[in-house]
Amino acid sequence: MTFHQEQLDNGLQIVAELDPRVYSVAIGFFVRTGSRDEPRQWLGVSHFLEHMAFKGTDRYSADDVNRIFDELGASYNAQTSEEITLFYAAVLPEYLPRTFELLASILFPALRAEDFEMEKNVILEEIGMYEDMPSFLVYEKAMETHFAGHPLGQCILGTTESIRALTVEQMRKYHRERYRAGNIVLAVAGKAEWEPIRELAERHCSHWPSGAASRNTDEAKPTGGVRVVEKPSSVQEHLVLMNPAPPARSDLRFAAELLSVVVGDDTGSRLYWELVDPGHAEAAELGYNDFDGSGAFMTYVSCDPPNVVDNLKRIRRLYDRVNRDGLTEDELNRAKNKVASRIVLRSERPMGRLSSLGGNWIYRGEYRSVDDDLQTLRSLTLDDIRRVLEAYPLGWTTTAAVGPLEKLDGEV
Amino acid sequence: MIEPQDIQTYKFENGLTLVVESMPAVRSAAFSLLVPAGSIYDQQGRNGTAAILCELVTRGAGERDSQELSDALDDLGVQRSESVGRNHIAFSGASVATNLTEALRLYADIVQRPHLPDEEFPAAKAGVEQTLRSLEDEPRQKVIIELRRRCFRHPWGRPPDGTLEDLPRIDAATVREHYHHYFRPNGAILGVAGNVDASAVRAIVEEVFGQWSAKPEPSIEPGPRGPAVDCIQQDSTQTHIGIAYPAVPYSDPDYYAAWAAVSVLSGGMSSRLFTEVREKRGLCYAVYATLSSLPHEARVLCYAGTTAERAQATLDVTIHELVRLGDGIAEDELNRCKARAKSSLVMQQESTMARAGAVARDWFFLGRVRTLAEVRDRVEALTVDAVLDYVHRYPARDFTILTIGPKPLEPPAAVRGDSD
Repeated sequence: MTFHQEQLDNGLQIVAELDPRVYSVAIGFFVRTGSRDEPRQWLGVSHFLEHMAFKGTDRYSADDVNRIFDELGASYNAQTSEEITLFYAAVLPEYLPRTFELLASILFPALRAEDFEMEKNVILEEIGMYEDMPSFLVYEKAMETHFAGHPLGQCILGTTESIRALTVEQMRKYHRERYRAGNIVLAVAGKAEWEPIRELAERHCSHWPSGAASRNTDEAKPTGGVRVVEKPSSVQEHLVLMNPAPPARSDLRFAAELLSVVVGDDTGSRLYWELVDPGHAEAAELGYNDFDGSGAFMTYVSCDPPNVVDNLKRIRRLYDRVNRDGLTEDELNRAKNKVASRIVLRSERPMGRLSSLGGNWIYRGEYRSVDDDLQTLRSLTLDDIRRVLEAYPLGWTTTAAVGPLEKLDGEV
Repeated sequence: MIEPQDIQTYKFENGLTLVVESMPAVRSAAFSLLVPAGSIYDQQGRNGTAAILCELVTRGAGERDSQELSDALDDLGVQRSESVGRNHIAFSGASVATNLTEALRLYADIVQRPHLPDEEFPAAKAGVEQTLRSLEDEPRQKVIIELRRRCFRHPWGRPPDGTLEDLPRIDAATVREHYHHYFRPNGAILGVAGNVDASAVRAIVEEVFGQWSAKPEPSIEPGPRGPAVDCIQQDSTQTHIGIAYPAVPYSDPDYYAAWAAVSVLSGGMSSRLFTEVREKRGLCYAVYATLSSLPHEARVLCYAGTTAERAQATLDVTIHELVRLGDGIAEDELNRCKARAKSSLVMQQESTMARAGAVARDWFFLGRVRTLAEVRDRVEALTVDAVLDYVHRYPARDFTILTIGPKPLEPPAAVRGDSD
């Protein structure tokens, strides 16, 4: 296993973790842009632009793009979050050059007006699809409420209105401002050689416009709130509770992650034993989400509407206890074993390494091997957990609910 | 590059089959234990019994209570899941390879010495009820589950997770009875893949599962299918469309031709459904077709989700594409399917979980394991003529159509002709 890193003259950063023992290679272009970087009136443009990349370039038509990726047998796709638009592909090593060329080229798509109008329908359908998924909808509503007034509160898909109103000219402008080499990280993981990767990057990326794009990363100061979306057709009540947590560059992030596993992993955690195992809730999980400059603990609960009030009381008691007494040595060690095994299993596939490789570089400019991660994990102590809890106690300032209930009573 | 695989199979006296694939290049090991006690064995009117048992069976076993058992597995770092299927209740897990032996000891307790405690029964049942209620909020999944109920014969069409309607009729005694009748080594399959020595795995399996006693083979009385055209009215934003038609099962000599036909329709983003329904017409975000196989029969299952006003057009275009496949397939369409298959076969070598699942599943359907090289050769050997010949013998017709949405759709003419 070897690590390589370089920056092209235009600012594109390249990181590669190469391993001759695996069978495939994964590449990803991590563009540091997402819904938080959008002008308010262009909500959803990052995600829509990600779709438009697959509509092709001056050289490749939309059909060409999909056809060639499939000819190469690539597992490829793209995803957009609040902060990153990622284009990725995993292929057999012999197809890396052709895959690289195609993936790199679609980051600078033609953005043809007729494709734009057609794809608008698909985006509107995607918004419709998520409207039928309350577990997703509630995440969006919680983010909107918790980060109200802060760019992190802008929803990824946009709204039916913002998408309908968006023009291809606006998208082109957004693309020109955000898709600059200095705002992009290329990550490569798996079976490949370093020299050919450098050459591919030089050949296909060195002409990209240089420069970076700015982002306001002031820590959000959520004032909190309650948002209830009544959905009479829904059967379960879906809730997301949010509280501040360490941001992506904080040293507390490892301990925050481990804390969330002990308290709110989907199985064997405190929330699991308190709510899911006895059948009070279908799901009750605590996740740690780190963002650029901000962070959030998110609790997700889905349960029978009449159980909501009792469940919120249970969670409140449980969190108070954790804030007061911390965790036990046993719990901590068990969670470490769980997480260590997850890290090892994930790392066996190049696609599993890609996100951690690219994410570490884009957020922190650092490389962390699997062994680095395992070592950090092993070194964490109950004191580290206590430091997280002192700075970021468990609880919630924001409550979002989607389901049959018209309003929430009591413990919100 | 596909490397030669080292696959060993052992059949124990009590009927348990162990299939081990040694993968020396990885650090992990995974297992998949299939116990032949799935939802097809649920009593009539008590659909959900196997699902509750699946929830209950891990709530204490051997010398450990529910939490001690869960803690022991977490201490070993076992990433795990239990799931109820039509034929099996499946236990799967993975961890670093050195922990496999201890993990198997715990699972031997779970399948042979579960406590099935009375006091945990209400919670286990509530867990299943919560799952079923949540499914009501996921119409994309629900339409496929309900489509299967209509296109497959009873009891294979029944939802493995049960139904809210039957749930109140299931008591602890029924669930215990299900355990005592169907949890058995004869017909059970344990697949293991990872950095392990096959003979060492055999020894530990012999030690911990060897005393599990065989039980009589139950028989299943096949019943009817559901209605061919149906609609569940629901106040959703999108209309969720499910379409099914016959295909050949996994064990059939024509299976790879059937696989290729579905891949031309729905493998990759250059496939017909994605191109025609989504890319060219912008009718939907999600559209796909997949091959779903039972031991003795199979169906192609299609899904499309679209806003109500475009639902009729989406149904018409989708059916048209399914039927049109018989008009011809281009050489390069088939070649793309082959390229995707090759990639996915090679990449399977990177995942112990994928391999453990595959060897167990192969054994269930075929009574042997198809090696990755064999699958590659079978796929490579496919020609356009062979795939078309299959499509002509198994054309898209005899449709089952189910929609979930604000209003019913009109089945296209081709379909109405069939259902007379």
